[in-house]
Amino acid sequence: MENKCIMQVEHLTKVFTSGIIAGEKTVAVKDVSFKMDQGKVISLIGESGSGKTTIGRIILKLLKPTEGKLYYNGEDITNINSKQEKKEYYKKVQAIFQDPFSSFNPLFRIDRIFNMVFSSFMKDVKDRKTLIEQSLESVNLNPKRILNKFPHQLSGGQLQRLLIARALLLDVDILIADELISMLDASTRIGVLNLLVELCKKNGMTVLFITHDLNLGYYISDTTLIMYKGRLVERGDTKKIYKNPVHPYTKMLFESVPEIGNKWDKEELFLPETVIQDVKKFYQTNSEQGFKEVEPDHMVLFSD
Amino acid sequence: MAKSEFWKKHENLYFAVTNGKVIFGLIVFMSILALAIFGPMFAKYDYDEFAGPGYMPPSKEFWFGTTLMGKDVFTRVVFGLRSTFLVGFVGGTIATFVGLIIGFLAGYYSGKLADETLMMITNIFLVIPTLALLIILSAYLPYRGILSQSVIIGLTAWTWTARAVRSQTLSLKNQEFVNLSRISAAPVTKIIAEDIAANMFSYVFMVYIIQFTGTILAAVSLEFLGLGPTQGISLGLVMQNAVNWNAIQLGLWWWAIIPGLLLTILIVSLYFINTGLDEVFNPRLREM
Repeated sequence: MENKCIMQVEHLTKVFTSGIIAGEKTVAVKDVSFKMDQGKVISLIGESGSGKTTIGRIILKLLKPTEGKLYYNGEDITNINSKQEKKEYYKKVQAIFQDPFSSFNPLFRIDRIFNMVFSSFMKDVKDRKTLIEQSLESVNLNPKRILNKFPHQLSGGQLQRLLIARALLLDVDILIADELISMLDASTRIGVLNLLVELCKKNGMTVLFITHDLNLGYYISDTTLIMYKGRLVERGDTKKIYKNPVHPYTKMLFESVPEIGNKWDKEELFLPETVIQDVKKFYQTNSEQGFKEVEPDHMVLFSD
Repeated sequence: MAKSEFWKKHENLYFAVTNGKVIFGLIVFMSILALAIFGPMFAKYDYDEFAGPGYMPPSKEFWFGTTLMGKDVFTRVVFGLRSTFLVGFVGGTIATFVGLIIGFLAGYYSGKLADETLMMITNIFLVIPTLALLIILSAYLPYRGILSQSVIIGLTAWTWTARAVRSQTLSLKNQEFVNLSRISAAPVTKIIAEDIAANMFSYVFMVYIIQFTGTILAAVSLEFLGLGPTQGISLGLVMQNAVNWNAIQLGLWWWAIIPGLLLTILIVSLYFINTGLDEVFNPRLREM
């Protein structure tokens, strides 16, 4: 089966400025390029502040990139701005946000998030209630007990599942899942993950799975992207990267995953300073330049 | 059946009319407002007229007593209340309105040139000592009326409203539910109305109440310093006269205490409404 590229991100850079006059500049994302193939799960892994969420937001058109282009189905969507174009885009590209508690307007009952979806994208649908109930049941929520509640009356896990149910209402092409299951307990977590992968395979949905959890990334994804300080440092087939990490940051990530059966050991403590040193040394000592392929479908950043 | 349907639709209204603090505050506020509106109709004299013998304690004839010179305190207080309300409404509205517009614009265009310029202007106004400016302005104006006084106070009091509203807009704009509405392709008007303004409504109301009371207090302190309106009467002027004539020392407590007490009750009632409405608008504070 040939892979159809559905979303392409090219040389994406985002610089935040705090104020115009004498503002400080923060480079959140620097020169990031990748492709998303249809029906694949792509995991974007990195520590807090590495720019993963920013990338998600740029793809969602919530932030404007400072430089770079976005292509959706081959069309340049970097500068779409009109209401109609955005509506078309959001009909096919949806997201689940990191923080379920602030994803709901506290003044309204939770049905509002479903009603907004219906009034924007599915005005003609008559049987709204059945559709909502179906999608709620698919994430193990009891519609009778959940609907008609205010956000503050529900738990974080329930709110997060509501957001997933909302995304499931639409038949989307791309789903951006930012720390999707951070608030769920272990048993629900696997259920939701499996549901996601199932939808991917069945409907050809593409998922950009933003996480800091390597185990999850391996469990779910076909392609892995590793971010470090706004740069994409390693990109490629998940199995290849997990088997043979090249970049020192990726190596450090893999070594610092706590394994079941291993106790804490002071000797193996990783300090941020040593990682910075290691990365610097790696950039200086190798002879390669830029973003190079080390094996088919496995790219590594060799110089800053 | 139809009745409960109505309350279901206007839930906030239901919580507002069943909230004890709001009811109490509103009743007190409304009765003082009624006193200001209808009081002068019951007044038998003019506020500057010598009504009878001086030094009279509150009685059937003179409800709030008379001053040292024999002016009727009740008449003076109810006419004074009128102008105090006027100062509060005009000054408070100007201060809230200017502050809201500048704060909302600066917050919405945060980080852009408009924001920087507006905040610079706000900061310049903020460091001007308001009372000193008011004293100088009042001293230079040849004619000082109640209206010009409230405009001056309103135009100097908006700064902190602007700053507060800006930061409130900023934090609301960055909430995920605004983003969720945006990716739900909700119209911008709906996002601004339901996600930003609605979440700020109790805040704006609170700002208005605080500006209202602030303007009244600023006016009273100006009047107390002798820089009040040159014509007319207000609560501050009544109190200033009382102090000038050593009312407390001479035992004419009604002359000074009654207008002061009315002012205090008025402001307290506004604070009651404020805290009560906060519970109404914020479901998290509701007891359920």
